[in-house]
Order: sequence, then structure tokens, then C-alpha cells
Amino acid sequence: MTLQQILFIIFATITLGGALMVVLRRNVFHAALFMILSFFGVAGLYVLLEAPFLAAVQLIIYIGGIAILIVFAIMLTRDLMNPDIPGAISQWKWAAPVAIILCAMLIWMAMSLDREAPVGPVPQNTISILGRTLVDAQGLALPFEVASVLLLVALIGAVTVARER
Amino acid sequence: MVPISWYLIVAAVLFCIGLYGVLTRRNAIAVLMGVELMLNAVNINLIAFWRYHGPAGGIGQAFALFVYVVAAAEAAVGLALVLTIWRTRRTVVLEEIDLLKG
Repeated sequence: MTLQQILFIIFATITLGGALMVVLRRNVFHAALFMILSFFGVAGLYVLLEAPFLAAVQLIIYIGGIAILIVFAIMLTRDLMNPDIPGAISQWKWAAPVAIILCAMLIWMAMSLDREAPVGPVPQNTISILGRTLVDAQGLALPFEVASVLLLVALIGAVTVARER
Repeated sequence: MVPISWYLIVAAVLFCIGLYGVLTRRNAIAVLMGVELMLNAVNINLIAFWRYHGPAGGIGQAFALFVYVVAAAEAAVGLALVLTIWRTRRTVVLEEIDLLKG
């Protein structure tokens, strides 16, 4: 059991345990906090996969942005008359078999991959290569600009939808 | 070295946990949390394949970055919609938001 495997098991346990608590806790605020824990586990998995830039992006965008946004939305939608925040589970008898069958199919497909394939080393300047790919005209410049427009549209849309009237 | 199938199995289980959350939770914000879990599982898959089958390229990580962008945009718009529904209907329970129901 190498150190990498031990670390992988630790981070995978944090990720999956947090995710399980997200979907099982009745209190939706507790679920949001467990989701933040799960995101930390995913960032750890990225570090193990030798993608430290993406681990930092995960921390900044998911935990520092989206999770904070979700916590704000939870706090703004509390019903003071009924302090028991509705997070109850419904129809789990149908959802659980669907999720378990899909999980089994995906795990079966994952196990059929070639385990002994040689793994190449990660180059020293992955961030530079990533940056060049994003702005290269023959690379991903067009999706990059479209993503910027998407963010602008989402920003304007969110402000317009949530405006006080 | 950790075999790639381990990462794919973690991503598969995370995806199915998120799917279970989307299907069962009654609170609209909890459904959005399940969607974020599913997007995280997709990102783990993308980065695992980038690392094991092409670490010299930039497309793998860029693909994951675009997934982050879409996730952030969708979370913002979704939560704005939830807030507006809360202001007008005073509820975020999905079963009670049924104005279009026949």
C-alpha cells in the first residue's frame, strides 16, 4: 500500500462521505457544510492527480464562490414561521434503485479499462501549456470567448431575475 | 501508482450520490447541491483521463475549466430563480411550486 494509495483512500473517503451526508441530512444547511467538505476532498484528489492549478481553481470557485452562494440562498429562504427547514426526502424507494443500478454499470465499465497501460510523466510547465491552449486560435480561443459571453449572460440574467420589484 | 479505474469508480459513485440527491430532495436548493456534486464527478473523470492518457496536452484541463464556468453560471441563475420563487410564493419545497400544473 503505497503512500499515494493511502492518500487516495483518505481523500476518496472524505469526498464520498461528505457527498453521502449532503443527500441524507434533513437540515439543508448541514448539507451545504458537508458539500464544502466534499469539495475539499475533490481538491485533494486533484492534487494527487498532479493538477495543482485545478485544485486551487476548485477551492476558489467551488468553495469560495458556489458554496458561499448556496449558503446565502439557504439563509435568505428560511421560513421564520417554520424553523424546521424543509429538506425531507421523498420517493427514495424509486431513486435508490436507479442510482445503484447506474453506479453498478459505471463501475463495471471503469473496471474493464486496461490497468497495465504505461502512464507518461506530467510536463513541468502544465500551466503554460494550458494557457497557450486557451488562447491559441487553432486551440480553444473560440470556446474561451463563448464561455466569457456565457458568464456575462448568466450575470445579467441572475441580476434581472432576482431584482427587487 | 493508483490505477485509473479507482478514480473513475470514485467519480461514478459521486455522480450516483448526486443523482440520488437530485431525485429525492424536496428543497430546491438541495437539488442544486446534488447537481454540483454531479458536476464535480464529471470533473474528476476529466482530470483522471487527462493525467493517465495525455498529460502533455492542455485540452484535458481546459475542458474541466469550461465545466467550472458552466457550473458557476448555472448555480448563479438557479439560485436567483429560487430566490424569486421564495419572494413570490414563500416556499422552496418543489412539490408546492405547481402553478403550471394542469
